[in-house]
Amino acid sequence: MANTTKTFAPPDSKGEEKNESTKHFTNVGTTGRLLSLLGGAALVYNGWNKKASVLGKSLTTVGTYLMLRGISGFCPVNKVLQIDTAHADTEGFEVTTSVTISKPRDEVYQFWRKLENLPKFMTYLEEVRQTDGKRSHWVAKVPRNVTTKEKLATIAWDAQIEQEEENSHITWRSLPGSEVENSGEVHFTDTLNSRGTVVRATLSYHPPLGIAGQLAAKLLNPAFKELVKQDVRRFKRILEAVEIPTIIGQPSGRKDEKY
Amino acid sequence: MKAICWEGINKVSTERVPDPSILNPRDAIVRVFLSSVCGSDLHLLGGYIPAMRAGDIIGHEFMGEIVEVGPEVKKLKKGDRVVVCSVLSCGGCEFCQREEYSLCDNSNAEPEWTEKAYGYPVAGIFGYSHALGGYAGSHAEYTRIPFAENTCFKVPDGVSNESALFTSDAFPTGYMAADFAGIEPGDTVVVWGAGGVGLMAMHSAWLLGAGRVIAIDQYPYRLEQARVRANAETLNFKEVDVLQALKDMTGGRGPDRCIDCVGMEANSTGIEKIYDYAKQYARLQNDRPAVLRQAIMACRKGGTVSIIGVYGGFVDKFPMGAAMNKGLTFRMGQQFGQRYIPKLLDIVAKGEVDPAYLLTHKLSLDMGQEGYMMFKDKTNNNMRSVFAPAG
Repeated sequence: MANTTKTFAPPDSKGEEKNESTKHFTNVGTTGRLLSLLGGAALVYNGWNKKASVLGKSLTTVGTYLMLRGISGFCPVNKVLQIDTAHADTEGFEVTTSVTISKPRDEVYQFWRKLENLPKFMTYLEEVRQTDGKRSHWVAKVPRNVTTKEKLATIAWDAQIEQEEENSHITWRSLPGSEVENSGEVHFTDTLNSRGTVVRATLSYHPPLGIAGQLAAKLLNPAFKELVKQDVRRFKRILEAVEIPTIIGQPSGRKDEKY
Repeated sequence: MKAICWEGINKVSTERVPDPSILNPRDAIVRVFLSSVCGSDLHLLGGYIPAMRAGDIIGHEFMGEIVEVGPEVKKLKKGDRVVVCSVLSCGGCEFCQREEYSLCDNSNAEPEWTEKAYGYPVAGIFGYSHALGGYAGSHAEYTRIPFAENTCFKVPDGVSNESALFTSDAFPTGYMAADFAGIEPGDTVVVWGAGGVGLMAMHSAWLLGAGRVIAIDQYPYRLEQARVRANAETLNFKEVDVLQALKDMTGGRGPDRCIDCVGMEANSTGIEKIYDYAKQYARLQNDRPAVLRQAIMACRKGGTVSIIGVYGGFVDKFPMGAAMNKGLTFRMGQQFGQRYIPKLLDIVAKGEVDPAYLLTHKLSLDMGQEGYMMFKDKTNNNMRSVFAPAG
């Protein structure tokens, strides 16, 4: 299995610098800093009004600490717990999953490399069209809102293949300026008994900039993990079983639905 | 069409439902001639298998004729008389290639259930809860058959519908139990449970070279079938101490091969019965493993315990010490039907075994509830209720 390292450059230079010096001094994200500042100020105000009591003293102390945390962007508690929300904000969400497929490596690779095939197993992908050897146009319908799956928004972007080695691996990335920055890589290796192929796929996306985008992405993340796992399973099923088993549309005694 | 649907604990009802249609290229539609109840349905009926939904069509042991095929189906055509394997297999995954069909990676349409419960998904089964794929079952006028070429087997001319029916599930399941027992010539084989699968395991034990077959059950009419049809010696566990009896019958050595054809709803006696029922009622254990315990204790040192009765979850008071120190071998699994069905159709065609005698009550689909209750309560000497939608 090839070792892969990934670096995600922030989408643009307005993103926080990711050099070592800032990394040591800030470990609270923008949202956290803002909330700390506001919450801390409220606590100090309340504590000051009750300053004679033990409660008042505690509120003032905690409030002051939170305000400092907000202003400096550094949290000693985060440091101890090795939490760094400042830099998590600028990094993408990334999911890696593996599956074993009882088919020869070249067949498995070729199916994935023909990018037009991706919508056959990727749930939200509507269409992928190769525009030239390296570039492709992608169209997806994604839920506009995490809780209701009905309202789908169509998004489109262009991507390009950055590295490919036949029957071994493919990496691709959306072109700068895409609505949702995303990238992927997939590696193909023989199983030890040479009777099949291990597929290891990593998909990632950068949430749109801004607090709302980041919050939405945090909510989406567990669903994204599950989705990638299911999509890779569907890939296996198409190759091994030629179809994806379904029960949608079969009869049942339930009046309200058909499966 | 009419279909028998699971409605809740001990309740099924016959409903009007839409006809099935081809949903995938490898599908076929079968017009059902005969569809049998099965002991494993009792676990669904009792509410012991999770992931049942009111309105699910049940039934998984059946035969009939092809009325429609999907675009990818080449080896079957309209009018073929087929027996349908209860377990679905894709044919392309590692496990299908090893002929371990019930371990198929791909045939379960809802793999998340068993992936969470068992670590990995297992094959889909007709009419056997959403944990096993949620596929509509066979107690209906028509059934959709996924992976039809892997699931349907043409019935040879001269083999009746009644004889072919049980090569869908009971016979291959019983045969696999005997196969997994690793019978050597002259072995003493004990089979717990003299229902359809148990009786087929007894026939199969003889086919595989057993020197002696002993059947254990509590219902005299079933033990009589074991004696008359399967040439077995019998023990009624309500009347004798099974462990002592088996020792006495085998010169103090114990039987070589022990086969559990009962599974998770075993009946027992005395304090063990009270304990298991109480724990299961309180949902502190899913399964009542009385037969499994007895088989482990009864088996000779170095012998084999073959488990074909269905278990769903966890068991309690499992005599691991006895199993380990006696050096027992365990083999188990849901039937690899596709591995055995062609061979068994051949055996039936030659007249070596005719499972048709299991069919004691032929009923219309409207008799769903009566058919299941008769089978569950063992009334009217019922071996199997079989629904005949086509009359």
